[in-house]
Amino acid sequence: MRPHPHWIDYAVIGIYFTFVLGIGFVLKKYMKTSTDFFLSGRSIPAWITGLAFLSANLGAQEVIGMGASGAKYGIMTSHFYWVGAIPAMVFVGIFMMPFYYGSRARSVPEYLKLRFDEKTRGVNAISFAVMTVFSSGVSMYAMGKLLQLLLGWNFNAAIIVSALVVLAYTFLGGLTSAIYNEVLQFFLIVIGFIPLTFLGLRDVGGWGGLKTRIGNDAMVHSWKYLGSPSTNPMGVEWFGMLMGLGFVLSFGYWCTDFLVVQRAMAADSMTSARRTPLIAAFPKMLFPFLVILPGMLAGVVSAASMSGSMSGDVSADVPAKPGSAVVSQRAAGGGISLEGGKGIIPPKVDESGKPLIKDGKTVLDYDLATPMMLVRYFPSGLLGLGLCALMASFMSGMAGNTTAFNSVWTYDIYQSYINKSATDQHYLWMGRAATVFGLAISVAAAYVARQFNNIMDVLQLVFAFVNAPLFATFLLGMFWKRATGNGAFCGLLGGTAAAAVHHGITLPAGSVPGVKGGFLGVVAHRYPSEMAQNFWTAIFAWTTCFTVTILISLLTKPRPDGELKGLVYALTDRPKDVGLAWYQKPALLAVVVLTALVVLNWIFW
Amino acid sequence: MGFDIRLPIGMMFSVFGVLVGGYGAATRGSEMYTRHSLGINVNFWWGIAMLMFGAGMLLLAHRGAVAARSADKKLKGGIIK
Repeated sequence: MRPHPHWIDYAVIGIYFTFVLGIGFVLKKYMKTSTDFFLSGRSIPAWITGLAFLSANLGAQEVIGMGASGAKYGIMTSHFYWVGAIPAMVFVGIFMMPFYYGSRARSVPEYLKLRFDEKTRGVNAISFAVMTVFSSGVSMYAMGKLLQLLLGWNFNAAIIVSALVVLAYTFLGGLTSAIYNEVLQFFLIVIGFIPLTFLGLRDVGGWGGLKTRIGNDAMVHSWKYLGSPSTNPMGVEWFGMLMGLGFVLSFGYWCTDFLVVQRAMAADSMTSARRTPLIAAFPKMLFPFLVILPGMLAGVVSAASMSGSMSGDVSADVPAKPGSAVVSQRAAGGGISLEGGKGIIPPKVDESGKPLIKDGKTVLDYDLATPMMLVRYFPSGLLGLGLCALMASFMSGMAGNTTAFNSVWTYDIYQSYINKSATDQHYLWMGRAATVFGLAISVAAAYVARQFNNIMDVLQLVFAFVNAPLFATFLLGMFWKRATGNGAFCGLLGGTAAAAVHHGITLPAGSVPGVKGGFLGVVAHRYPSEMAQNFWTAIFAWTTCFTVTILISLLTKPRPDGELKGLVYALTDRPKDVGLAWYQKPALLAVVVLTALVVLNWIFW
Repeated sequence: MGFDIRLPIGMMFSVFGVLVGGYGAATRGSEMYTRHSLGINVNFWWGIAMLMFGAGMLLLAHRGAVAARSADKKLKGGIIK
């Protein structure tokens, strides 16, 4: 099955690129100082920073990954949003923004320097810079691979062109350009995916029809089957889910990852900064319907428009008999074969085009679930829009990583350690240079990812090792004035080490020692699934960092209260929300978001 | 800072709406709608939806510009960031 884009699809994509570049060009003249370039002059209104906050996070991982998880695990995937993201977003908006914004820190590592010391900043800055640049590269690789598989586009061309486009607009317009394009991308993704979900649901007969077709009750309930790992497809129980995903991993990401926090720092006032994650929370709550449902639908719809087709049907587009040698030729040379797949999810194929088998079952390529839905339901015209939305999600992730990298490089690494007292114009120049070499490294990383297909797993892993303990550091830093720099530094290292050790002595069911764990020689515990192992690694990492930080802090000298004003809860004035309309007050927004969250969880119980 | 983001958003989706909607109108009854989108001419209908969205954005941007201009006049030479 290979879609054939027509001129209209290319026209839509071309128009999109024109606007994306155009925004960059128009914004160039406003980039006069380094604050303009890295922080948009702290002048962006809340609704824009809110949508950008959400959109910067909306990389390939979301659109493709959530579709894949939806296909694999069902509506439980919504936990990534309803338990994972939303509470963390509310927390960062209400409780942590006053410190991020009020401290006038220009980056997350810089807050750590102000609150703790230079070495704590260093640990965070270096690990973040490396992670973010590699993350961008992995995004590029995933996009190149997808476009090649789906449309036959040249892998190298896809990578180079997308890198150049992102380079152009971030180089010219800095963070503002990235933010504006993220908002554009947000609308594109929503507008691109609403018809997809609509058509898919209509085809199966609504949510009820979907439930019937899936046939597995555990895939259409989000909480009911979390009593034990053996009763749900994810292999987790509610405690591991809540503490691992709900608390450590999501708070670790949303509260400390500079990629999203940067967007809130660009807001035009403290109130806007606090409202940014709350405004983002509203669309975030509804995203499961746009990204998870298509994945769930992919497993149960059929390729041809005839009803009653068997799953594994090859589309009427390409004439071939299943089982013939033509199948593997086609898969390798042009087009995707659904032979052996489920619904319209194709099997994973090896180089010769034959489906991979593991434990007697065909391994499915879940990452293709959402793209195959696009190809299945969108005629030419809308197909161009859908492809645009897909590319937009990859590119907004890349741009987010690029702007975060160039800021952390310039302020936290270059200015802190290499050249402390240059002119503002020099730092502006350095920021632009960092944009270029950051993207160059990302492109290199994309090719590395192509060589070693475990790289995505490795990256996920290292992210968890680094992010999980970080949240403990921030929590203690912001709410316990007794926390010291030495404590924070040791805590971070200890937490990361604990994560590595935990991963090294445990294995998920059905895996062999290696990237998946158990590389320290002994396997102390077998988890029912990779996800369970992940969640518990996070829990151990966080707890270790928390305890070590407290212990070492009590043994070392704290800084005097005067130095910590504005950086710690006890020593900062509570922000006052005067002069705001009732619907603008952060506290009220938070209450509305949390109520809606409870309702959604209850509906899909 | 910079220019109103609603302008490029409004413009892009208006263009999309006209382009895709027009294409939908021109390809009325094509078999690709039966094959893909359950017989519905999604190009046409969603094109109209996008055009409405784009126009709405442009309207909001225009009202923002008008409000900014009158606020400007009121401040009479004061400095706005």
